[in-house]
Amino acid sequence: MRLNPFVGLAAMATLAFLYLPMLAVAVLSFNKTRYGLTWSGFTWDWYVRLFSNPDILEAARNTFVLAALSTLVATVLGTLFAIALERYPWPRKSQGFLENILYLPVVTPDIIFAVALVVAFGAFRMVSSLFEPGLFTMILGHVTFQIAFVALTVRSRLKSLGPDLDEAARDLYASYGYYVRRVLLPLLMPGIVAGAMLAFTLSLDDFVISFFTAGPTSQTLPLLIYASVRRGVTPEIHALSTLIFLITVLLVLASERLTRR
Amino acid sequence: MNRLIVWFGELTTPGRLYRRGLWFLLPAVVWILGLLVIPGLSLVALSFAERGQYGEVVWNFTLENYARLLGYGIFGWSPDTVLILVRSLWVAFVTTLVCIVLAYPLAFFIASRPPRTRYLWLALVIIPFWTNLVIRTYAWQMLLAPDFPFAKLAQALGLLAPDAGLYPSPLAVYIGMITAFLPFVVMPLFSSVERLDWSLVEAAQDLYASRTRTFFQAIWPQTLPGLTVGVILTFIPAMGMFVIPDLLGGAKYLLVGNLIQQQFYASRDWPYGAAVSLGLMVMTLVGLALYRRRGKDVDLV
Repeated sequence: MRLNPFVGLAAMATLAFLYLPMLAVAVLSFNKTRYGLTWSGFTWDWYVRLFSNPDILEAARNTFVLAALSTLVATVLGTLFAIALERYPWPRKSQGFLENILYLPVVTPDIIFAVALVVAFGAFRMVSSLFEPGLFTMILGHVTFQIAFVALTVRSRLKSLGPDLDEAARDLYASYGYYVRRVLLPLLMPGIVAGAMLAFTLSLDDFVISFFTAGPTSQTLPLLIYASVRRGVTPEIHALSTLIFLITVLLVLASERLTRR
Repeated sequence: MNRLIVWFGELTTPGRLYRRGLWFLLPAVVWILGLLVIPGLSLVALSFAERGQYGEVVWNFTLENYARLLGYGIFGWSPDTVLILVRSLWVAFVTTLVCIVLAYPLAFFIASRPPRTRYLWLALVIIPFWTNLVIRTYAWQMLLAPDFPFAKLAQALGLLAPDAGLYPSPLAVYIGMITAFLPFVVMPLFSSVERLDWSLVEAAQDLYASRTRTFFQAIWPQTLPGLTVGVILTFIPAMGMFVIPDLLGGAKYLLVGNLIQQQFYASRDWPYGAAVSLGLMVMTLVGLALYRRRGKDVDLV
């Protein structure tokens, strides 16, 4: 494909624009001064302090526990939902209703969803003490928005598979359970993994739902960073952000290797 | 319903088949109903209640929250709330538009790379978006600070008072929003561009169409499905965004997301917060319906 050189130039400029914030944070994380943006020498100090800060370590742990647990639940529910939606001969009307339910979490702005959860958890608490704000309520919230994204990803994979496999499996006298376990799930795996990864990143990145459903003991990294931005940032936060960025890059490169194989 | 069908070697009825499908369906549907639909309905109920003296909810039916949403208060009509709503719409609209303009060159550039490196370039666009939004927004705070080259340049050009920064300002909000949502437009747009039928472009060029005409008549219509996904993924969250205006906008540049957050925290006026949330939801759904009607029926993914 021939490309106008101007298009390439514009693309590079836009990419630079996207990377500028991360670059600035990374540079500052090695800066000796505690305040301001003037460069006064190189130091590893902030990284060392980062790992001796119990609040940050606790928040990191919470973030990963939350993302892992909610992704697990959402992947199972979302995959089952996609299979049911795509592989059963539902009447047209209920099919439409189910699709609307699926799109609902996608089209609801997250702040509305978060506020609705605050209200509902408040009401649920009158019945059961299970809904005290904390990791559990956060998981409930995260799974709800993750289900839709998993189901949509798996569903697009299902659509590309086509009906031939069902027919082949049926002609060869596979039982339904055998077909799901040995034909459908293995073929769906790339879609399921992609959906799970999407759900995991959405959870790691989420600020709004966590902000509204978190309890006093369930700080996550985004919440911690937000709080420290409001209070005045410490260079440890620069170091933390840089580390998160590097880990992300490594994960992306690794998953790229895996999927290309 | 006593029609018999064969399903994987079993003789069964559609009814029995549905019941089996329900086991796949129910967990997700119950979850979404229980944690999205019912909470949503409780929000609707709450929006008709009153705020008590100490910020508690008093269950007296009132339409006052909606009157306030339209700007009617104790002191008569004031445009503040309406201004915030209109501004949110406008910011989301501009953000989406700029993202589209920036996404086209990027999508075409990535699609023009050899297949081996293409996904690496795509990953390069997505990586910043995998770093938390709060961090990226905060990074812009620093980049737009008074002693950073951007502000220095603006000061030297006389666009900015000496020692002033580019943040907090509406401009800072736009920059934050655009960098936050750009990947959401680039990704679906790229998948459309990758599948582009170039013979149409060649035909247009053979017929001496100008560059602009080639773009709008041979390329643009083909990228509409991807663009639609991008617009939906950008416009809706941009409408409800509160982190970016909170960190980059300063106290005078609030969006509807900030208004909602204030009601649930600082002001402790949950009923009014619920009414504002429903206002936002209605604006979102109306926008979506208008868009879908205009652009035929397009799938989200």
